Formats: sequence, C-alpha cells, structure tokens
Amino acid sequence: MHAGQQDRLADLRLQIARLEGCSHRVKPLSFGLCDLDGHLPGGGLARGALHEMIEAGLASEFAGCTTLFTAGIAARLKGPVLWCLTRRDLFAPGLLRAGLHPDRVIYAEAESDREILPLIEEGLREKGLAAVVGEVTRMGLTASRRLQLAAEATGVTALVIRRWWTVAEKDLVHLPTAAVTRWRIAPAPSELMPAPGLGRERWQVELLRCRGAAPRTWILEACDAKGRLALPADLADRSDQAADRRAVAS
Amino acid sequence: MVGSRRVIRAACTAAQEAGLHAGMALAQAQALVPNLHVAEATPEEDEASLRELARWAIGYSPVVAPDPPDGLWIDIAGVAHLFGSEEELLNDLTSRLTRQGIAAKAAVADAPGAAWAVARFGAGGVVPTGRTVDVVAPLSIRALRIAADKLSTLHRLGIERIGQLAAMPRAPLVRRFGRDVALRLDQVMGHAFEPITPLIPKDTLTASVAFAEPIGRLEDLKSVVLRLAKDLCRQLERRGEGARRIDLICQRVDQKSACLRVGTAKANRDAVHLARLFDERLQTVDPGFGIEEIVLVASKVEPMTEKQVQARGLGDEVIEADMGQLVDRLGARIGMRQVYRLTPVQSLVPERMARRISALAPPTGSVWPENLPRPTRLLDPPEPVVATALLPDHPPAFFIWRKVRHKVAKADGPERITPEWWNGDKGSAARDYYRVETEQGGRFWIFRDAPTAEGGRWWMHGFFA
Repeated sequence: MHAGQQDRLADLRLQIARLEGCSHRVKPLSFGLCDLDGHLPGGGLARGALHEMIEAGLASEFAGCTTLFTAGIAARLKGPVLWCLTRRDLFAPGLLRAGLHPDRVIYAEAESDREILPLIEEGLREKGLAAVVGEVTRMGLTASRRLQLAAEATGVTALVIRRWWTVAEKDLVHLPTAAVTRWRIAPAPSELMPAPGLGRERWQVELLRCRGAAPRTWILEACDAKGRLALPADLADRSDQAADRRAVAS
Repeated sequence: MVGSRRVIRAACTAAQEAGLHAGMALAQAQALVPNLHVAEATPEEDEASLRELARWAIGYSPVVAPDPPDGLWIDIAGVAHLFGSEEELLNDLTSRLTRQGIAAKAAVADAPGAAWAVARFGAGGVVPTGRTVDVVAPLSIRALRIAADKLSTLHRLGIERIGQLAAMPRAPLVRRFGRDVALRLDQVMGHAFEPITPLIPKDTLTASVAFAEPIGRLEDLKSVVLRLAKDLCRQLERRGEGARRIDLICQRVDQKSACLRVGTAKANRDAVHLARLFDERLQTVDPGFGIEEIVLVASKVEPMTEKQVQARGLGDEVIEADMGQLVDRLGARIGMRQVYRLTPVQSLVPERMARRISALAPPTGSVWPENLPRPTRLLDPPEPVVATALLPDHPPAFFIWRKVRHKVAKADGPERITPEWWNGDKGSAARDYYRVETEQGGRFWIFRDAPTAEGGRWWMHGFFA
C-alpha cells in the first residue's frame, strides 16, 4: 500500500469516526491479550459504548461466569461503578475475586426491567463513572439505542448483562439491539490438576456480534484478582480453527 | 371547668382502667379513686405541643396539619413510595410515636374524613382504594364529626351507623338536620373534597409564585420549578445551608393540592440539579382545571460548606463523579433505600456476609478475606439437589439439580461453615461446602447440611464463574 493511500484511509477512518459520534475519542480498554485485542476494532473494548453479555447454558446455571466477566471489565476501568439490578441473587463477596472493591460499587435495586432501563441511562449521564452494569431481560432496539447514545455522550461504559430464566426469555435476549458488542460466556472444562482440586476456571468466550469485527470464540482462563483474563498455557499455541467454525455455525 | 363544675378532660390508660373517663365530674372521680393525681387542663399548651408534633410529622409528608384537640392530618399522596408502601409508612409512624410514649392510632384512606373516622372509630390501618364506603358504613355516627345535639337527635331516631344515615333519602336529611350533616357524610364517603391547610413552620425557606391565569402544561411547570429552585437556592446560599429535602406544593384552582417530595443524599443547593429531581415526577401531577399557585419548600436543611473545585487544565484531567447528585436522581426514581452500597460483615455465613450501607457513606476500606472462594450468584434460599458421594465426606460424584443430571469431574472441599450462635443461628448443623466442576465446566457451590452418617442432605447454593 502506498503512503498516499494510507493517508487517505486514515482520513476516511477519521471521518467515519466523526460521523459515528465521539465514542472513538477515548482509547479502548485493552484485555491485555493480543489475540483478543487484535481482533477487536481499535485494539480493545470500546469505552463509552454499550456492550451486552448474554448468559449461556440450559437454565441460566452459568450466570456466574457472565457476572464475573462483566465485573472483571468494570474492575479494570477507573472510578465508581453503578450496578443496577432487579433480583437479589448477586453475591458481593464473589465480585471481589475479579478485583471489584466493595467501596467502588453502588447498587440500585429496581422492581422491574421497565424501571431499570431509566436507571442505567441516569447512570450513563453521569460523567466520571467507570461503568454502569445493568441486569436486564427485556431491552428493545429503541432502549438500547438510547443507552448507546447516552454512553457515547459521556464516555461511561455500559455493560448490560442479559439475564434469562425461561426459554421464551432466552429467545428474547438474542433479539438484535444497538449494542456495539455482544458476548456470550460459557464455562469450559478446566485444566486437569495433578492432585484432586480445582484449578483456575476456563471460559468459552464467544464474541457473537461486534461492529467492525467478525464473530469469534476463544477459550480463556477466568479473571484473576485484578480482573485480567489469560490465555491457557496448553492452548496458547494451538490453532483455533475449530473455534472459528463453531462461531460461524451458531 | 364547665360552668362551676370541674370535669375530667382527659384520662390516662391507668385511670381509664379504674373507671374514669373524659366528661366525668371531678368530684365523682375523686370519690372513685381517693388519691387521684389531677393536673389542670391547659388547652393552649396542648395545642402548642400538637403543632410541635405536626412539625415533626413533616418528616413524612409536606402537607401536615394539626387537627385539635388530638389529631394530625398527613397528606401522604405521592410520598408513600419513599417508605416502601402505605402500610410501611403507617407502621413506621406509629412505632416511632409509641417509642416516644405517645399512644397513637393511624389510618390511611382515600378521603381525609374517612381516615379520621377509621383512625378513631374503626380498626385503623390502610383502607384499600375504592373500598371507603364499605369500611365506613358500619362505623358509629360519632365518626362523622357532627355537633353533639344533632348526634343525640339521630340517636333518638334510632340511627347508629353511618350506613343507616347514608341510606336515608337526601332531601329530607338536609331539611331535618341541616347542610353540615350532609356535608360531613359526603366527606367521610369521599364524595366531597376537604382541604388540608399545610402547616409551614416559620423559619422554613420557601419560594412561591401565584399566577394570574392558571397554568397546566408540563413545560410551564418545569420552567416554574426551575425558577423557584433558583430563588430557593439563593436564599439557602445566604444562610450557608443546603437542602436535604424539598417539597413542591401545587395549589389547584379547585382548592385541591398536589404535592411532591424529593430528598437529597447530602446537602445541596444546585438549582438545576434540584429542579431536575422533580422532572420525572411532575408528569404525575394532575393539573385539573389549572394550577394557580406553586410553593417550593426546603423542609429539611443542613449547613453546607463550599468545596474548592479543581480548575480545569491544572493537574491531570480527572473528572470526579458527583456521586451525590447521581444518588439523588436515582433515589428520586426508586426511593433512597433502594440505592445502597454493600460492606463486609465479620461473618462467614454466606447470607450474612454483606450489610447495606448508605450509598454515600465514607469508604470503609474493608474487604472480605481474599482467599475465600465465593460464588458470584447465590441462590436464596438454597435449592435441594439429589447427590451421590462415593465415600462419606467425599464430594458428590454426580448430582441431579432441577431435573438435570450433572456428572462431577473435579471438586474441592469440604469447607466447613459453622452456625454462629452469637448471631442468633438456631440449630447446630454445620454446613460442608464443596466447589464442584461438572463435565461441561460449570462450577457450583453445593453443601451438605450434616455429615452423611447423620442423614445430611445436599443443597445447591451458588454459581461460580
């Protein structure tokens, strides 16, 4: 590619960024894994944008990984976190394992999804928050667009955990929204230990949808006490063709 | 004192048990109880203390009025949700009064007259919306607040219950007993409106505006509220105070008033912020034929000191989130109690590991012990599972939970958590917690509530990541 062409490309990118709003002004949040960061546009998870995390599983029994994945992202952002929830099943001591200090989190408990979406938006309009985490089942296209615009305006990252308990709700959370990325986290069998016991847990992290990147699946090691993910040592050099194929099929 | 006769005006519970009651001649009372303690009645002082009590009750709602000799009106429209529900508000109110040594009975109803009747002659409590007539009908006609001579006439005619009076034809009723009996009847049924003139303590800061032409549009209301808030904030600034609670009273053309109340998490005098707290709820105000006066009252204030704001461009550009304003806005939507932080408690029982504190409480700095593996989602209450362990005190080899069979691939445990008798745990069953990983990789927190030999059962308690 010629130098002139590259300049023109950079110029075009700038123009598109300007058209898309100001979400690209701040540097994205890097996962610290070249594999993941290289795949995501901009080299990480866009700040000031709406991201969705969907719980995997047959009956939401894997809700724990989605929560910890989200908490890990929130923990690595700087500032207080607003956590909007409807059910009281969140166990705060568990969040500490992703490095989210209890002093940083403010909880807002609402009665229903209809009440919780305005709360998330209210939080997103507050500059200086690190992230707003919302636990939502129903979120329509219009609602998600509003949240995305609010997040773009202030640069606060919106992390929405799409929760579901019934099959009908499961279909509901897979309907399209205006979120920039959509993730699905499922557990994966962890490494065999030489002695009885449990090693670091592993997740199958699926990027189901992402603006500007193809869907893909990774097998990763779960968040450590600072909220960082890691690449499993025995899988680090393996080709992940199979995972790619699975993502396309799903 | 009635004429030259000395009569009892009020009697305490002990005196009532001895057979004394208000209206009895003092001489007769002293004959019944020889060493009776008598205090002169001081109606002025009683009224003053009632006003004092009304001032205290402003903590519940902006529209409070004393109802001498022994009552208080509190208009709780639009504020009950701050306490959870109307029942919770009532419980809170009566239990606080009881703790202060004041015997109180309270009722909530659609109309002030009905609440008056139910609190004094009924069972008290909350009268469900629309059921006023059913609840009031069996009450004595004394609950109608009508003059004593008319009461005795009614008694002579054999009318004892409000329902009987309501069943009478209207025109003869008015002719025979006058208009006021009919009005009281309508008020108790909620057919006629009864204004409550709110008590505004003298030193309270208010800002009000009266309109020559009544207004009703939402946009107008919003701009008026902002203007009043600016006015109020100027007054607050002069006194070096910030508002903790603000009431908005809209006086309608038809003399009904609508009121809204918002609280702030810490003292605040930012007019734009305070006005915005009302924004969401202004649309619930029904302007009717129009609003002719709006009053904004700073009903609770606190001293406030200005803080030096860091200048932009100096030092690193870190925007401090104003959590106070955010918490206010969230609290105005869902109630202040629903916005909170969780702080660690010195306990290992999972259900008791966290305690709610105010969202703006200073950072505690304390964390849970770091080496404890804890799930991120907890099932409360735990769900029973059918599990089979190969050996006693071993983790299960497989378990069935919600009709799905999970085969355990790896496990860790047990971690024994003993009940904490000093926290009021009954029973002595220690729980043995295991972390198990199924073949698919899902990790669960399951426990056995007693050793296998003693017939311990298995429970699912949480989901790990």
